[in-house]
Amino acid sequence: MNLSPSLNNFLEKTGEQANFFTSFVRNIFKGGFEWNEFLRQCYVIGYKSLGIVAVTGFVLGFVFTLQSLPTLKEFGAQGYVPSMVCISVIREIGPVITGLICAGKIASSIGAELGSMNVTEQIDSMEISGANPVQYLVVTRILACTCMIPLLTLFADAMSLAGGYIGVNTSTNMSMQLYFIKSVQTLYFSDFFPAVIKTIFFGLAIGFVGCYKGYTSNKGTESVGLAANSAVVAASVWIIILDAIAVQLTSVFVYN
Amino acid sequence: MENVIEIKGVKKNFGEKTVLKNINLTVTKGENIVVLGKSGQGKSVMIKCIVGMILPDEGSLKVFGDEVCSMSEDTLKAMRTRIGFLFQGGALYDSMTVRENLAFALQRVLKITDENDIENRSKEVLEAVGLSEVIDKMPSDLSGGMRKRMALARTLIVKPEVILYDEPTTGLDTITSKEISQLMLEIHEKYKTSSIIITHDMQCARITGGRVMVLNEGEFIAEGTYTELENCNDEFVKLFFK
Ligand SMILES: Nc1ncnc2c1ncn2[C@@H]1O[C@H](COP(=O)(O)OP(=O)(O)OP(=O)(O)O)[C@@H](O)[C@H]1O
Ligand SMILES: [Mg+2]
Repeated sequence: MNLSPSLNNFLEKTGEQANFFTSFVRNIFKGGFEWNEFLRQCYVIGYKSLGIVAVTGFVLGFVFTLQSLPTLKEFGAQGYVPSMVCISVIREIGPVITGLICAGKIASSIGAELGSMNVTEQIDSMEISGANPVQYLVVTRILACTCMIPLLTLFADAMSLAGGYIGVNTSTNMSMQLYFIKSVQTLYFSDFFPAVIKTIFFGLAIGFVGCYKGYTSNKGTESVGLAANSAVVAASVWIIILDAIAVQLTSVFVYN
Repeated sequence: MENVIEIKGVKKNFGEKTVLKNINLTVTKGENIVVLGKSGQGKSVMIKCIVGMILPDEGSLKVFGDEVCSMSEDTLKAMRTRIGFLFQGGALYDSMTVRENLAFALQRVLKITDENDIENRSKEVLEAVGLSEVIDKMPSDLSGGMRKRMALARTLIVKPEVILYDEPTTGLDTITSKEISQLMLEIHEKYKTSSIIITHDMQCARITGGRVMVLNEGEFIAEGTYTELENCNDEFVKLFFK
């Protein structure tokens, strides 16, 4: 066929990714699940990202509140700030920002780690010694991301609300109880649940992209950097795309 | 004698470049073969073909009597657990300690789960390569030569029937390299392993080698015992023994 080289290349890459994904799925159910490595990855991915997610979440809620206060004050509606911040953080900003932060931190580190394992023939070595590198390295990392990103997002959401509380109290004096009640007053299960589902997919995308870029990198030293870099870019783009899809789906199925 | 490895007319190109032109090699059970050759002549590619990591373009490649290229996933895996492969760069898992590196091999290849057994076997093999004191270190904390010996330990710990050594003594001083060569010979005699040893170290070739083969431009151009090749008249072969 007479396809242009770039289209050809694109199709080839897509096929390769589909293949990689199939082998990931197949290896989840293969038996001999690597529980220890999975838990270790949960620790590495989840616990080690707590700090950065906490700071980002907190600052996000704080700044968001400070920025909205003056505008809403003009309409005498500053009482709605907590609930507005809460809904936007939980529905949209929390998941997306956490997703992007984790794309930067986790996808890149998985990409670099697997990339350097590939360059130094550690993956080949596992394969030759009869171990299953997809099961040991890829399945554990992707699943750990899929489990931990939603939890990190919930944590970031909570930190945002705390930030919002401080933000509100820069200008008015509101008790914590009142702030909390005002925040969750208009929050429904339909705001919360789709957001959690969405973050599961963000986690899947981050883990998958990181593993794919690292695992399939070339065997030169510069490809480690390349793998890390392209993992961040691709994971971030995926998050934006998935978010757009999620918004469409929720507005069709949940809000009408 | 039973043939463990049988390579016939194997050819391998990378793009335009022909790396292996016509490789013929038979390794019988309990035989040690030393492969000599200049850098970049495809020695590493050849042994990677044997374990099915690189597929040859042409030719037949039999390991334990089965054709490698047409093996099912399970047979390939079973075949690989019987073969030890020492990577040129060591390929130590750098997120694991020395102990975990060894345990990983034992658990996955020999399916050993007993902690004490793993511990004893690890200590034994580390002692053999002279690394008893580093068991809790990370590979990145070891020196280059120590990593090399550590990689050897990880290959030997699973007691494979066939061992493919890719430059086991490169980067070691003469004394250690002699010790390692003697260890390789010892293992060979004790467990009746067959091995292919790729090396540039003539001392290692002399100590370990039964048969020595010289690879050049994708073909074996000479073979014989160490002394035979040492005294042969071929100009190229002579260069190795200077
Ligand atoms: N995966 C690969 N893709 C493309 N070319 C490769 C690949 N692996 C090896 N080559 C090429 O094959 C040739 C032989 O490489 P090989 O690693 O087998 O050399 P070698 O004989 O082991 O050399 P040395 O003694 O330096 O280790 C080299 O020119 C190398 O560039
Ligand atoms: Mg080599």
